Amino acid sequence: MSFTDILLLMFGAILVENFIFAKFYGCCPFLGVSEKPGTALGMGMAVTFVMTLSGAVTWTVYRFLLAPFGLEFLKTVAFILVIAALVQFIEMFLRKFVPALYASLGIYLPLITTNCAVLSAALLAVQNEYNFIGAVSFGFASALGFTLAIVVFAGVRGKMEFADPPKAFKGFPIILIAAGLVAMAFAGFAGVRLA
Amino acid sequence: MTASMILIPAAILAGLGAFFGILLAIASRVFAVKVDERIPEIREALPGANCGGCGYSGCDALAAAIVEGKATCGACTVGGDECAQRIAAVMGVTVGKQKRMRAQVMCSGTHDVAARKYAYAGVPDCISAMRIAGGDKLCAFGCLGLGSCVSACQFEAIHVENGVAAVDPRKCTGCSACVNTCPKKLIRLIPYDTPHFVACVSKEKGAAVNKQCKVGCIGCGICQKVCEAGAITVNSFLAEIDYDKCTNCGKCAEKCPRHVIR
Repeated sequence: MSFTDILLLMFGAILVENFIFAKFYGCCPFLGVSEKPGTALGMGMAVTFVMTLSGAVTWTVYRFLLAPFGLEFLKTVAFILVIAALVQFIEMFLRKFVPALYASLGIYLPLITTNCAVLSAALLAVQNEYNFIGAVSFGFASALGFTLAIVVFAGVRGKMEFADPPKAFKGFPIILIAAGLVAMAFAGFAGVRLA
Repeated sequence: MTASMILIPAAILAGLGAFFGILLAIASRVFAVKVDERIPEIREALPGANCGGCGYSGCDALAAAIVEGKATCGACTVGGDECAQRIAAVMGVTVGKQKRMRAQVMCSGTHDVAARKYAYAGVPDCISAMRIAGGDKLCAFGCLGLGSCVSACQFEAIHVENGVAAVDPRKCTGCSACVNTCPKKLIRLIPYDTPHFVACVSKEKGAAVNKQCKVGCIGCGICQKVCEAGAITVNSFLAEIDYDKCTNCGKCAEKCPRHVIR
């Protein structure tokens, strides 16, 4: 994969194939942690951290453990195991050596152990037959797309705090409608062809 | 189909699981962080509503602050005396009896008795209404009745009735979330068992109060004269009850010509 390929891949993962607005992965944290831009950014950082690392580790496991034995069909189970263990490990490591980062990411890290966005980033990287660099940058860029989506939506929700919707739409319904509208805005990128 | 088709995948997954299991077991030893054992014990004694009334982000944060000595054992008003005693036992200190408090909205100016400057039709939130000439009530001190305190209350103890917020004392825990939210600063904490309070915070002169609201305190001083315990003082045309001296006799409420002391 050339440098241009990587750049195109990252652009595609952030905007065109945005995890939340185009693929609808990771909707749970997207709706749950998008109340304030600050916490949304924290969640985004945690996801970026885990997705990039898990991209590297799952690719290695797939390439050197599963593929040689012809066990590609085990990838889903194996990746869940790897990601869960990895997140646990990272949490312990951060708590000991980077307490400041642990304090800011701490509550979000366990939330994303079994997040489908993290798992699908790993699975898609393998499915699309990226090489190691490709898999890592795909994980990183997908997570950046996730962060972009959740922070942008937190801003939208901040405006909605002071809106006065009809009673039937109050609370969660209007949030889902707003999410749909933002997703439609992102649909504008769908026409972009990456050569 | 051979046995190896089952055995190899099983062995690899089991191996992977065992590898990570052992890795995590080692990591938990190597990366162990000493946590003060009193923190979970105090956390256990706290109510766990995470209301934020103590000024910390939640019960966990308060527990840590108490152990670090930044907060007192009685910092949780919601848990009250029982909670304070349990925390004090964990910390190995003694505390005096905690007085239970409740929030009270110090305004009686409902829509039918309080005059208005203009018709407010903006965002239904007191803090927003405050920005437009200090709210729609003619009285600069009165309750705007748009319910910022209602949304601040974690215990559903506040409701707006006829343009003035009212606290349900049975549900109120005295966490003071509403006290800190109210932009007019007219919600106060008073002792839980006292029935009497001055339901007005207007410091305007009597004549001015009369124009703005039919039930505001005009500072006539009758309550000050009838109070045998000397608990009431009138400052800046507003009666104030000192609850350390108040005997709950109720004479002030009886004699108040404006019925603003209840």
